[in-house]
Amino acid sequence: MTSQPHFSFDGSQIPFRPGQSVGAALTAAGVRSWRSTRRGGRPRGLFCGIGVCFDCLVVVDGRPNERACLRLAEPGMEVSTQEGTGHGDLEV
Amino acid sequence: MTSKSERIFDVLVVGAGPAGLAAATSAARAGARTAIVDAGVVPGGQYWRHPAPNERGVSAAEVAHLHHDLATYRRLVAGLAAAAQFSQHHVWTVTRDRDGFVVHVVDRTGGGERAAELRSRRLILAPGAYDRQIPFPGWDLPGVMTAGGVQALLKGHGVVAGQRVLVAGTGPFLLPVAAGLAESGASVVGVHEAGSPLAWLRELGAVIRNVGKLGEGASYARVLARRRIPVHTRSVVVSADGTDAVERVTIMRLDHRGRVVPGSERTMAVDVLAVGWGFTPQLELPLALGCATRVDVDGSLVCEVDDEQRSSVEGVFVAGEACGVGGAALATVEGEIAGTVAAGAASVAPRLRRSRAALRRFAQAMHRSHPVPAGWVDRLSDDTTVCRCEEVPFGALRSMQQDLDAHDGRSAKMLTRAGMGYCQARTCGYAVGCILGQEASRTSGFAERPVSSPLTLGALATSSPAEHDSPAS
Repeated sequence: MTSQPHFSFDGSQIPFRPGQSVGAALTAAGVRSWRSTRRGGRPRGLFCGIGVCFDCLVVVDGRPNERACLRLAEPGMEVSTQEGTGHGDLEV
Repeated sequence: MTSKSERIFDVLVVGAGPAGLAAATSAARAGARTAIVDAGVVPGGQYWRHPAPNERGVSAAEVAHLHHDLATYRRLVAGLAAAAQFSQHHVWTVTRDRDGFVVHVVDRTGGGERAAELRSRRLILAPGAYDRQIPFPGWDLPGVMTAGGVQALLKGHGVVAGQRVLVAGTGPFLLPVAAGLAESGASVVGVHEAGSPLAWLRELGAVIRNVGKLGEGASYARVLARRRIPVHTRSVVVSADGTDAVERVTIMRLDHRGRVVPGSERTMAVDVLAVGWGFTPQLELPLALGCATRVDVDGSLVCEVDDEQRSSVEGVFVAGEACGVGGAALATVEGEIAGTVAAGAASVAPRLRRSRAALRRFAQAMHRSHPVPAGWVDRLSDDTTVCRCEEVPFGALRSMQQDLDAHDGRSAKMLTRAGMGYCQARTCGYAVGCILGQEASRTSGFAERPVSSPLTLGALATSSPAEHDSPAS
């Protein structure tokens, strides 16, 4: 049996089965949240799970605001927690 | 392939759930040049959600036990062979042109983002619905999920949302969610249905005409009984708490008038709360086209359609949950009628009309038996989040009403930013309407979204005719 594919999440390796979303793989790995809200800095993760609520926003390969519930996991992807808008570098 | 996309379809179906699949299959069978556009990787919508196909991934066989009536699903998917299929295409708006309609899509295949356009003489909108939510203290903690989201993880990804799960809310959908979790290895601590089992006794007429629907519910109830999972009726979730994720859920009993019984609190340890209060139809596209709406028995804003699923806009048909939440069987019948008529058939089989009438009657009985219990607004504290995206607490809406005497949806958006965030009020729209004391028809501003699926300006700038991913002629 070949080894399972992985993507990285904030430095740790997350295994997934091809066809699973980033959010599903994180959930299966026991990760509950991957975003902090813009105002209260509160943790958020999957809520609607079908692309409606936008609570599960995450940074994928440097691109913020990807819906973790819709984006399919790919080997070697770099996923990281989204802080606020995910555009912290643009803040003054 | 590209040249084929330049043509104008006779019938374009938006949505590949039960209604859309039936519509596209029927239209194609009737000889119309048919296209079907859907955001999913594989057809099925939410009800028949399937994993993305991959030989090393989750197989369809693995999730087959979570599904109902797969024979119909397979028959409908087989019927799509005669239609052009556009999967992972998100429709962001629809406009009119001289020949009919222009469907503006974002092609997200392979994680990309390309804007494109499709043209069709007639449209069938089958956008479906998503779980309706009401706020309660702690509902914004990670681990509190919609019942549909928990189900989507299972059906679409083979992932169990948590180890100890409590299922709460109202409606028959809670049962398959709980049964699916239990059969997939989760410990389901209980199902807490706010409705009364006696409510159905008032609906015997509708039940007798729909014995099949009853059988579906009974099969899930058997799974729960076999696993000794308690199903409580007249029981409501009042709060969730935990530090960085849900750790405990508190439920209370409801009296015969739907009010919580003082002192009946019970708190249970969980790592996931799956909750849903019926469904909210996705009306962005019908509203963008100006289709007439009405308020359904369940309080949802839905499209007005005639006996042949025509909306008030010439050339636009609507089928499935968007013209009244009623489940997959009803959606399939409505889709078949819409597809047949949109393809130009002279008449609709009488059996379809009879079936639709009986299933609609059942749906209305369901809505009357599973209302959102009154009194939830009284359980909100000033710091309870109502709009999750903009983090608007209940206190902001309360003080807007008390101090500024403002009670309409537009004021709520402008003064509190409720409904102004990422999801554009999809999640909080119903709740804000209730808090303001407005029925859905008065807060349609919370359902209108000129851009129904987000896209970047960069993608928009390179819009081109779409290429479909099926070998249809």
